Amino acid sequence: MTNTTSEAAPQDSPPPAAISDFGIDTTSRSTGEALRDYGARLRGGELGPLPALLGMVALLIVFGSIADTFLTLGNIANLLAQGASITIIAMGLVFVLLLGEIDLSAGTASGVTAAVMALHLVRGGNLLGGMGDVVFSVFCGLLVLAVLLAAVMRIWAGAALSAVALLIALVGVPPNPWVEMLLAVCVGTAIGCVTGFLVAKVGIPSFVVTLALFLAWGGVVLQLVGQGGTLGLNDQVLFEVANGNLTTAGSWILFVVAVGGYAAVVLGRHFSRLRKGLVASPTPLVLIKVGAVVVLAAVGTCLLTLDRSRSDIVVISGVPYVVPIVLVLLVIGTFVLERTRYGRHVYAVGGNQEAARRAGIDVARVRMSVFVICSSAAAIGAIVYSSKVGSVDPNAGGDNTLLLSVGAAVIGGTSLFGGRGRLRDAVIGAAVLATINNGMGLLKQPAAVVYIVTGLVLLLAAGVDALSRRRAAVAPR
Amino acid sequence: MSEPILELRGVNKSFGPVHVLHDIDFTVQAGEVTALVGDNGAGKSTLVKCIAGIYPTDSGEVRFNGRPVHIDGPRDAARLGIEVVYQDLALADNLDVVQNMFLGRERGRFGLLDEADMEQAARKTLTSLSVRTVKSVRTQVAALSGGQRQTVAIAKAVLWNSRVVLLDEPTAALGVAQTRQVLDLVRRLAEQGLGVVLISHNMNDVFEVADRVACLYLGRMAAEVHTRDVTHGQVVELITAGRSGELGIARPESATI
Repeated sequence: MTNTTSEAAPQDSPPPAAISDFGIDTTSRSTGEALRDYGARLRGGELGPLPALLGMVALLIVFGSIADTFLTLGNIANLLAQGASITIIAMGLVFVLLLGEIDLSAGTASGVTAAVMALHLVRGGNLLGGMGDVVFSVFCGLLVLAVLLAAVMRIWAGAALSAVALLIALVGVPPNPWVEMLLAVCVGTAIGCVTGFLVAKVGIPSFVVTLALFLAWGGVVLQLVGQGGTLGLNDQVLFEVANGNLTTAGSWILFVVAVGGYAAVVLGRHFSRLRKGLVASPTPLVLIKVGAVVVLAAVGTCLLTLDRSRSDIVVISGVPYVVPIVLVLLVIGTFVLERTRYGRHVYAVGGNQEAARRAGIDVARVRMSVFVICSSAAAIGAIVYSSKVGSVDPNAGGDNTLLLSVGAAVIGGTSLFGGRGRLRDAVIGAAVLATINNGMGLLKQPAAVVYIVTGLVLLLAAGVDALSRRRAAVAPR
Repeated sequence: MSEPILELRGVNKSFGPVHVLHDIDFTVQAGEVTALVGDNGAGKSTLVKCIAGIYPTDSGEVRFNGRPVHIDGPRDAARLGIEVVYQDLALADNLDVVQNMFLGRERGRFGLLDEADMEQAARKTLTSLSVRTVKSVRTQVAALSGGQRQTVAIAKAVLWNSRVVLLDEPTAALGVAQTRQVLDLVRRLAEQGLGVVLISHNMNDVFEVADRVACLYLGRMAAEVHTRDVTHGQVVELITAGRSGELGIARPESATI
């Protein structure tokens, strides 16, 4: 060896334990340090969902004080049902946004799934009769194409679900609410396979692909439903999805399962990390967080199990079904993003595509898969909003469904530039938008004002995102 | 020294009519830092990419650990234990240190991640390299300095029990203190018994950490010498003229690309 190493030599005594030398003082921080770190991150431009949460609190105070009916139980439950479909579509969009892509077709694609679902129900399972020969052949052709494209890219779940849709369409399964919902989701998956392939493999920018498909799917909905017609969803189960409630007992079981599960996972993980000497948050902070969730959930469940009917004859109580639906999707999606290899790859491709490619990640496959997830989630959103309205009209998924969903994700703190964002952002953002819509409606504001305010809030959120990015870029390192 | 860990004999590479590498002989010894120097366009990057399996060689022999091997793609190179740290580092800003080090090779079963295992392994590697500059292995890469990023990229290459690490200008964009950190790290890699190839334009860096210098001149290996046997000036002459006194190509005037 040359003598250049002599100066480094004294430090080279082997560390007593593997961890001791490197960052032992950083694995467990005190609460004060953790709070200071958080403050530093905020100043550094990593705001996360904080602006949306603050906005939410502000909105609750404002609407609560000037609209008498806003804070009534009936309205809160109504607000949950109104916001659910946007929330679900936004959760799917988060996957796409994480890659820095956009899916403008999510809204009208959800409309297509709703229309197919309704058509299948109304026509007694006879899609051929409902669509006519030509449309039906094209529809089946597209499903076959989706299966093939997904298989080529080795997205087996996408291929399987698209095949299920094809099967349901061809066999003419008799109408059944569960089959209808499955059909809607599978059609959504198939749509996502086509979109994803065009973006990831053919290489058309996602903005253009999905803009084109936004128009095309809008036309398809019109074709399926028929000009000026509506397809009614006369089915008890489908009606209950967005309008039904859990029983009081069911509500508390949900509370125990959801909150208990959350506490068990968070605390179990935390103490296991502490035991192994890994980087962990301070214990008091974790306990406060879990405690806050328990209290909030308990209060919410308690309020929602009270009778909120305005008449004395009928009793309306219980947690709406949409709450467990959104919760389940949130848990599954968060698990996929944070705990699986696939989720890690999504973040990696969104953060640095070239790095991901060199690390051996199949970038094209990841890019295609997020569109499959997005469209499938959009289909679930479609089930919820169709159920809320009770029918599917030619405008289903049109109007501002998509824009509100993208807005929800962005307001919650998902970055449009990719790489940053979590599923809970979509939920928080959608809550903000639903509250604005609902509150303005209660204040008897005309649609014009509602649109303008919603737009300004979205602009504000995107501005915060861009500014915090700039801040993060110049923050001292 | 014993048998070289990596040895190239008579390697040629052309891109169409352009003959980029002429009969290159190049050896890397385990436990040594070999500096690869040369002017712009001398073929340094091409040589590294041939070793890394990104470009196939036209002719010549590559021996790894004494055995002739055929490197056909980056995965082959990785399997042999050859890792390259490119100039642009290829780190994802939005992921933390552990996540970046294991990117694409995450540990865990059934598609689930074993964060505890990865975090411990990452910390162990950083400890073994005596890295003290990174505050926490859970820091996002976006929050790291250039030197720290370079450290993470190098540690990522070392994590895989690699035998040979090729570093493409690791200090090019760094300040004085950060260059110091990275050079110390390069030295420690060699002390751990790895074969290290350091591409650099900075003669101070080369003379500080390298045991040997391999000098490319217009696609030819002008000289492979021990740093203690040559002076600054001689290496600069080798780089610019392909020849310095007794060293170098016999008639550099006749060399063509």
